[in-house]
Amino acid sequence: MLPSSGLAWWLLILPLLSAASTLVYLHRKPNMAIFASVASASLCFLLALGIAAGSVGEPTPFEWMSFPGLQIDVGMILDPLSKGMLLVVTGVGLLVHIFSIGYMAHDPAKARFFGGLSIFMFSMTGIVIATNLIEMFFFWEGVGLSSYLLIGFWYDRESAAQAANKAFVCNRLADFGFMAGILTLWMMTGSVSITQDALQGALLHPSPVAENHALATATPPVTPASRQPLLTNGGGVQQFSGWLAFVLVLGLFAGCMGKSAMFPFHVWLPDAMEGPTPVSALIHAATMVAAGVYMLCRVYPLLLLSPPGMLFIAGIGCFTAIFAALIAVQQNDIKRILAYSTLSQLGYMVMAVGCRGPAAAMFHLSTHAFFKALLFLAAGSVIHALHDEQDIWKMGGLARKIPLTFWTFLIGYLALIGFPGFAGFFSKDVILAVAFQAHPIFFWVGAFTAFLTAFYMTRLVVVAFFGRARSNAAEHPHESGAVMTVPLIILAVFSAVGGFALGIEGFYHGWSISQLRSTGQLPSTGATPQLPALGLLLGTVVPLIMVFGGIFLAFALYRGRDSDPLHIKVLANKFYFDELYDRQLVGGQQLFARFLGWIDDWVLEGAILRGAAYLSVGVGELCKLIQTGSLQTYAFVLSIGGALLVYFTLFAH
Amino acid sequence: MEITLNHYLAVAAVLFVIGLMGVIMRRNLLIIYMSLEMMLQAANLTFVAFSRFDNLVDGQVFVFFVITVAAAEVAVGLALIVALYRLRQTTSVDALTTLKF
Repeated sequence: MLPSSGLAWWLLILPLLSAASTLVYLHRKPNMAIFASVASASLCFLLALGIAAGSVGEPTPFEWMSFPGLQIDVGMILDPLSKGMLLVVTGVGLLVHIFSIGYMAHDPAKARFFGGLSIFMFSMTGIVIATNLIEMFFFWEGVGLSSYLLIGFWYDRESAAQAANKAFVCNRLADFGFMAGILTLWMMTGSVSITQDALQGALLHPSPVAENHALATATPPVTPASRQPLLTNGGGVQQFSGWLAFVLVLGLFAGCMGKSAMFPFHVWLPDAMEGPTPVSALIHAATMVAAGVYMLCRVYPLLLLSPPGMLFIAGIGCFTAIFAALIAVQQNDIKRILAYSTLSQLGYMVMAVGCRGPAAAMFHLSTHAFFKALLFLAAGSVIHALHDEQDIWKMGGLARKIPLTFWTFLIGYLALIGFPGFAGFFSKDVILAVAFQAHPIFFWVGAFTAFLTAFYMTRLVVVAFFGRARSNAAEHPHESGAVMTVPLIILAVFSAVGGFALGIEGFYHGWSISQLRSTGQLPSTGATPQLPALGLLLGTVVPLIMVFGGIFLAFALYRGRDSDPLHIKVLANKFYFDELYDRQLVGGQQLFARFLGWIDDWVLEGAILRGAAYLSVGVGELCKLIQTGSLQTYAFVLSIGGALLVYFTLFAH
Repeated sequence: MEITLNHYLAVAAVLFVIGLMGVIMRRNLLIIYMSLEMMLQAANLTFVAFSRFDNLVDGQVFVFFVITVAAAEVAVGLALIVALYRLRQTTSVDALTTLKF
């Protein structure tokens, strides 16, 4: 291990400085703000390169807060998992920063935009390097905040402000579950740390709070089980008080469901497309939504405690994958199609984690970060070229007019659908092989999703880039400048070769094995488990057939069309989930709010506040009857009083 | 029969009660006023009686004060009653209930 150095802290300090200086005084000097933000992103990327190369080590952690039974340090975890993720975050982040210089050139508030990007870089880096769940939660909320700020960047648009609120509220709901998961972990193991050593200690030699803490009386089921290791050394998972482990997994997964927009919480992500396109690329496609998957991989040994929990994760991931892909088939907004494809791909990753393949999930996360950022930035370039036209039916024939954007988009498209040789092909194959090992249902649903992906992406490309121009803007587009096309080209290169040339898969696979070994879920010696050959073969061949089928079908349906031949209302309306939430959840909430309002009006304010006032008024009304206004009555009462006084003082002993 | 302190006190008490009854029961402000004076004189009588039987002059000194204050009070009080009569054409307390709720 390297001698600890403080150098790595600059990963957090630089973006924070950039954001703070933008907020404090650079907002009147947009060029300075852009410079600060881009410079901090570049330096962070260099630093991440240094960390990945091994020349910058982990800094010494320092104490943040300490209670009896709980100590929370702020530190940095720099293992292969976080190194890889850091490279993705800072690398894609830097390219998006550069792209934004061109994309946001004409926006009067661009300083605020770059400030928001810096806050995001700060928070996201924090999530990646967090050594415990409380530290992670802090940055987790920071990501939520920057997402809110950037979705609502054009806050004078009603829809953008609404979308920002929606995203924030959805995430808050899910974060509540995450918090519950963190507390459950603390209750079970007495620590919230997620470093490898801590997980190892927690799983093999737990020292739960329950043993020496007041919690012991509150939660009797913990005590008997916690006397033994949570896991046996042999490698099998012990059935540690099943329901508690299930609650833990469910809680942690709830956090992931919010950030990664899994099924019940998926509604915010498509609406988040109201933000500027570079934000969609960076936050809502490449990195922030991947935070949930990253977190799951980080705490993966804990997830293994509850097999039903794992099944639940896989099921939700699988369902989200196909569900979002179905919706994407009938969307017409270029960014919304990409948003639903992001949902679908995130479903793949979560399914991979649930099927015991965190390495496969991280592999797909990395390749997806490249090609989805590429697709979004290319879509941004298209939108920029067409003066903010996002409807694919108003595009058409763009392939020859903006060739650079087209070719890069095409590479992203091939990588996304898993065309042989491109990045997505390899990562999707691994995921499907993992899924096949877990259960054939997951495999077949995943394969069908691959078919749908190929179908709707081909539809997008055919409608937007081929055929004839269907609007004025589409007839005279202008290619974007170098500051926007160079990031596209770089991302295109990675999307093309990221699957095989960079060794990402072996990198994560090695990490996953060592993590499992050190936490006692795999025997520390012996052969590493291999995916079954049949699964790998099926995972390669079946999706290939599906992909080509999808491409062919979409070509046949959409070539030369000026309007959509398919009309599937339920898909175009996203399975009516917004309406359902609106009526059931928001409606129910309104009812509850009205009930609370009634209580406020009639019980709190009526009975208690105004009641007190009425009481004193009433007593006054009664008392005023005594006041006759007749002096003689007063004198009479006074004299009786005096007489009684004399009587009691003199005679009543 | 020898006149003792108790005889004086009894006379004073009778005077006081007569005065009190007058204040409480009469309706004419002037009569009430006179009854009030009678109560003051009852107090004065006890002062003088104690002063005489205890061989102290303090009580007599107090009586002078009371007489002085009572004189001043009569001056103000009568003036008020006259003013009131001019305003209301009556001195009956039954009519003077403006302060009542």
